[in-house]
Amino acid sequence: MFDKLPSITSFISRDRNIGRLLGVALFILIILSILNPGLFLTVSNFKSMAYQLPEFGLLAMAIMIALLTGGIDLSAVGIANLSGVLAALTMIRFIPQGAAGWQITLVIGAAVALGLVIGAICGAINGFLIGRIGIPAILATLGTMQLFTGISIIITKGYAVLGLPDAFLYFGNGTIGIFPVPLLIFIVIAVLFALLLNKTALGQELFLMGTNPTAAKFTGLDNFRLTLKTYMVSGLLSGLAGLMIIARTNSAKADYGASYTLQAIVVAVMGGVDPAGGAGTVIGLVLAMISLQFLSSGFNMLRVGGSFSNYFRELVWGVVLILVMVINYLDAKKRARTPQESGTDAKAQMPDTAAGAGSAQK
Amino acid sequence: MKKILRSSEFFVALVVMVLCIIIGLINPVFFSWENLFDLLRSGVVTGILALGCLIVIVSGGTDVSFATIAIFAVYLASKILIAWQFDGTVLVAFLLSAAIGTVLGLFNGALIAWFRLPTMIVTLGTSSIFRGAMLVFIGTFIINKLPQGILAFGQATLAQVSNANGAVIGLPVSVVIFFGAAVLVWLMMKYTMLGRGIYALGGDRVAAERAGLNVIGIQLFIYGLVGFLAGISGVVHASLVRNVNPFDLIGTEMNVIAAVVLGGARITGGRGTVFGTILGVMLVVIMNNSLILLGIPSYWQRAAIGVLILLGTGITAWQSKRESAANLLES
Repeated sequence: MFDKLPSITSFISRDRNIGRLLGVALFILIILSILNPGLFLTVSNFKSMAYQLPEFGLLAMAIMIALLTGGIDLSAVGIANLSGVLAALTMIRFIPQGAAGWQITLVIGAAVALGLVIGAICGAINGFLIGRIGIPAILATLGTMQLFTGISIIITKGYAVLGLPDAFLYFGNGTIGIFPVPLLIFIVIAVLFALLLNKTALGQELFLMGTNPTAAKFTGLDNFRLTLKTYMVSGLLSGLAGLMIIARTNSAKADYGASYTLQAIVVAVMGGVDPAGGAGTVIGLVLAMISLQFLSSGFNMLRVGGSFSNYFRELVWGVVLILVMVINYLDAKKRARTPQESGTDAKAQMPDTAAGAGSAQK
Repeated sequence: MKKILRSSEFFVALVVMVLCIIIGLINPVFFSWENLFDLLRSGVVTGILALGCLIVIVSGGTDVSFATIAIFAVYLASKILIAWQFDGTVLVAFLLSAAIGTVLGLFNGALIAWFRLPTMIVTLGTSSIFRGAMLVFIGTFIINKLPQGILAFGQATLAQVSNANGAVIGLPVSVVIFFGAAVLVWLMMKYTMLGRGIYALGGDRVAAERAGLNVIGIQLFIYGLVGFLAGISGVVHASLVRNVNPFDLIGTEMNVIAAVVLGGARITGGRGTVFGTILGVMLVVIMNNSLILLGIPSYWQRAAIGVLILLGTGITAWQSKRESAANLLES
């Protein structure tokens, strides 16, 4: 595996999408720096982006893994909010006034565990509905999104849960050295996630099932268990995202981040995830995320669209999504028409060696 | 007879009847004329949107942008009419809004038909584009002074009844539009080649292409029609609430899709009837409106809708799974 470490250039050119994304990210960075260097290139700007990116990144990864298997998870934000609400309530209800340090740590630990468990359970519900009952992922997660958000609303009656312990808020607002804690958490999870997808059997099976579920079934893969695991991981990531949201904002609401779902799909598709399943990289996702985050804060700063910058952003997300999909479609069409271009990969070389071996035997 | 009893439409009808009886037993106000009119009034907009949604779902797609198209169309149309100081018949409002809606719908259709993009994600994107464009370029203020034609239309009633307090509740004329649209859509789906084509497309797109159907044309028509119906429903909505709020209607897509799927339409395409959709709309509207009658706080609504969607889609998915399993065994 390590006998031929790929150089950066071959890596970028091998996946033209990543190369393109890198270019886009740099382009946006440069343009925005030129247009407003005083505001954009400051450490504080990057810092504020670094605090908000992680929670969104986790949600994007949750949706990505669902997309990889050919499904989708629209309930990610709902799961995040529910986990956040339950964890927040646990911390508030069970930390008495003037409690000792270890008591606080214990309750925080329990709350975090609860949030993650809730995420996994919600994910399992999704996986069960999609894998066993056979409800198409769109509808199932549409329904569970309503259900999970609805449960959050019932619990909170629409109010925000406030007043979390400082020790917990450290995870959302603290720093280790110059790095914000949430960013570090995100990097660790992203690396683990990439390892899961690329280096484990589960990851390989996910890609297989996403490419062709029928073939996967006949190969002996248990589609149901795979689906269950996929959505449980998605739920776990969403739950973690929910914990990070409440750690940063110090409030748990039932309907926070409603626009995150669309944005997450945009970054996933822009990052090279095939909406039909079977392809996608974490690096692509991260690059797309960074690009859109730059764009987003750029809009804020330039006050593009006047005081309607929020709505203008929505417009842009939609345009970006459509553009990326159209470009991908045209690109795939072009590549399908010129098969000679793909002659350098190992697959094309195999028939030669087989023929070579056969002729050698004769 | 057995076929009727086994169909999903019968099942939904049964559920609706049982629900009505249960709610009526708990709170007899449910069976009053005013409640009935109220339910019909709530159901008209959802119903018209559901008709368009049904056609898309039968064709194998999923459109989540129709609600945005509806409010965009009526908002723009109203602004135009006010700018022209138009005070005439409401027909112009309908035509204008429907035209705008059709254009937006065709935009969807073009992306889906020519670029073969996955319908749900595309309409997610276009919904965002339409909403952003509307709020940035058309405006964010609520229009309270509607053109006279629309107001008059909203207040016109087919029948009136007065309740115990002496207040008069009317059955809005818009229900005629809904039933008219329902009949037309039913005729199209059942008795025209176009309708057959839509069912075929939903069943298997490749097979439909090989059979010589003009898939691109059909898809353009479908999404254009959805936009057309959305535009109409937008005006109806404005006439009933007596203002045009650009933040209205958005978010009600779930209700509509739930209604269509509960009415027996298969999300994978190829199955679904207008009658079933009407039943589904009734179910959703009754659920939404009756929570209050039952004494359930309104913040339970979302979870209730979620459970409904899951139940409805779960049952149809389970049925379809058993069917295909049986086929496998036979072959």
